[in-house]
Amino acid sequence: MQADFIMLRLGELTLKGRNRSRFEQAALRDVRQRLRPFGGIRILHEFGRIYIQLNGEPYAPIAERLGRVFGLHSFSPVYRTAADLEAIRRTALNVMRSLPSKPATFKVTVRRTDKNFPHNSMEMNHLVGGYVLRHIDGLKVDVHRPDIELHVEIRQQAAYIYSYVEKGLGGFPVGSNGKALLLLSGGIDSPVAGWLAMKRGLEIEAVHFHSYPYTSERSRQKVIDLVKTLSRYTDSIRLHLVPFADLQTRLHQAYRGNLEITITRRMMFRIAERLAEQRGAEALVTGESLGQVASQTLRSLDTIGRVVSMPILRPLIMMDKSEIMEVAERIETYPISILPYEDCCTLFVPKSPSTKPRLIQVEFVEKRLDWMAEGIEQAVRNTETIVVSEEAPQETDVFF
Amino acid sequence: MLYMDHSATTPPYDEVVDTVAQVMKRFYGNPSSLHGLGVEAHKLVQQARSVIAKAMNVKPEEIVFTSGGTESNNLAIKGALRAYRNRGRHLITTAVEHASVYECCRQLEREGYSVTYLPVDRTGAVRAGDVRDAIREDTVLVSVMHVNNEVGRIQPIGEIGSLLREYPRILFHVDAVQSIGKLKVSPAELGIDLLSCSAHKIRGPKGVGFLYRRAPVRLEPLLAGGGQEAGLRSGTENVPLIVGMAKAVRMAVERMAENTAHLYRLRARLIARISAMPGITVNGSETMEHMAPHIVNISVPGKKPEVIVHALEQHGIYISTRSACASGDDRPSRVLTAMGLDPARASSGLRISLSADHTESDIDFFCDTLQKVLDPSTLPV
Repeated sequence: MQADFIMLRLGELTLKGRNRSRFEQAALRDVRQRLRPFGGIRILHEFGRIYIQLNGEPYAPIAERLGRVFGLHSFSPVYRTAADLEAIRRTALNVMRSLPSKPATFKVTVRRTDKNFPHNSMEMNHLVGGYVLRHIDGLKVDVHRPDIELHVEIRQQAAYIYSYVEKGLGGFPVGSNGKALLLLSGGIDSPVAGWLAMKRGLEIEAVHFHSYPYTSERSRQKVIDLVKTLSRYTDSIRLHLVPFADLQTRLHQAYRGNLEITITRRMMFRIAERLAEQRGAEALVTGESLGQVASQTLRSLDTIGRVVSMPILRPLIMMDKSEIMEVAERIETYPISILPYEDCCTLFVPKSPSTKPRLIQVEFVEKRLDWMAEGIEQAVRNTETIVVSEEAPQETDVFF
Repeated sequence: MLYMDHSATTPPYDEVVDTVAQVMKRFYGNPSSLHGLGVEAHKLVQQARSVIAKAMNVKPEEIVFTSGGTESNNLAIKGALRAYRNRGRHLITTAVEHASVYECCRQLEREGYSVTYLPVDRTGAVRAGDVRDAIREDTVLVSVMHVNNEVGRIQPIGEIGSLLREYPRILFHVDAVQSIGKLKVSPAELGIDLLSCSAHKIRGPKGVGFLYRRAPVRLEPLLAGGGQEAGLRSGTENVPLIVGMAKAVRMAVERMAENTAHLYRLRARLIARISAMPGITVNGSETMEHMAPHIVNISVPGKKPEVIVHALEQHGIYISTRSACASGDDRPSRVLTAMGLDPARASSGLRISLSADHTESDIDFFCDTLQKVLDPSTLPV
């Protein structure tokens, strides 16, 4: 059965007034942009709701994309039929038959805005419900907690039937709450942090520190693939690749103590803040959580975070590893993250990295490293930026 | 030269040959290598996977590259039965499957598995009800081809897929080698768990194919080795052929509607003229919608089919007697016999398989020549 419309329900119902309409505009803009490849569709505001008129475009790929638009609470395929009893019954039956899994119980809810329709809502509940019951085995009516609620809306020119509700992602439309810069390592956590930031309405750009030639082409490609996966939830994402080998080796030559990781991370944050300023981002986002590795104790987070003044958002800070992995699997970054290509973070690890680095000590060590300020500026200058999106044309497209 | 044996194999598109050559020259890296050349080659394989997945409306990770239809069928059947041996040792298939499915089942029988070969009706179709009746407690897999390669009969895989939804633990494999590019194949919609395809039937290169495997389905691999294709098919990926295949799949799916409409018109014309010739019977169903658009199977009882094939060849026309994979076999066709044809008709089958590039005058030329060749005064029977 081909759906005629898709009914969209936008999220964050607690927003009122001007905020609500801004939210709606942003969500619709994203829906429009994401459905651009489907030239036949029309987006309508009708009867106080938002519909996508399919005009023959296929439901499944459109639904797949809608399932990745932040700001949508849920959506349903809607079937239109003539506003007469027999047509409504037949369509209702077909809708019930095409459900992805067979329900045990159902109920019919009829809304009738055309008062001239010969049967009233109560009668229609029975007329349609009874017809469906007669034609489907093993189905019962439950008016309190049915598996499926079959909605029938009867208007003057047509009747609209829907039942199946697909859950949307919820959240805020991307960018509706500002822009942030995501520190992306290539592990399991940082892509999840990025996704959660996007869900809360932040437009993100990503920064990745690579140590070529100590880290390979493959690990660079892995990071690009991670960003590509995240970009499926928005239009495209800018990825900034920072050449970090130089700074890392210089530090390693000048200092070998157990504050090496702390200082390395502080250099990364300084670079990230500079990039964020250049790109108009007002916060940094990291995949830091508490207690996983040496640099993720409260003391470390404090000592490292002191080098920047903009807010550092840590969406995973209180989450269990298993919760984080669940999200990573759902957003499909997990299989890419676990590919075993070394990243710069594992290169120069001291024998026992400090878990409680004292700020005074760190600042004391850093004061000696007079090459650092210039090194950081250079790294920022030599940063390569690429725009990553799933649909971006590639040189190899011609082969396919 | 009139090549009408497209079910045996097809001439690759020029664009596909060019693509294969270019990729072979420039992107020779091993996709498993760490360096840039390897990464580039790996990206091509992944892009090919995406292109094919998009054309089939499935997820990229559900496509496994193989060396062709035979390997895909073997991987699907043996792989599934071995992975799910805790569910049982019974499988259900039909009497009219391609040799790579049929022989695979025979081999498994010798290993102790139990196979039910479902009969077909006189048009060559299996009945969905028979599938249901054959299901046992220990049934692991049902394998039914979409289009029979010899006769062109379309099997009721939609109905079978529907009924198997009530048996979520039974896997459904479909050999779609003859249907891709001719009929709509949508594994997700039809409840199919495993689907085999071959590139050289859709104007792609020989030596490459793929198996669609619905994501949660496990398979025990046929080949042990470097773990390529997520461990399901070890062996360095044949990048040029894989890319060539992706292009062919895309083209086949894009042109399907137009090609199929044209093929059905040609088929109708061919059938109309053949039906007017005495002594020839058309095998399969008389209902067009039951038959694939590109295959026509006829019997010429009393005549030796190989002689006709060679006689037609002298006029530059190429057809076949049965599946190319069974050509060496002298016995009456297994498929035609299963359809209830008497030995005379079952041993005199000829298969004509068309391409969308053929024209009505090609059909006329074929029919005129066939008539000439069958004329008793010219043909030494």
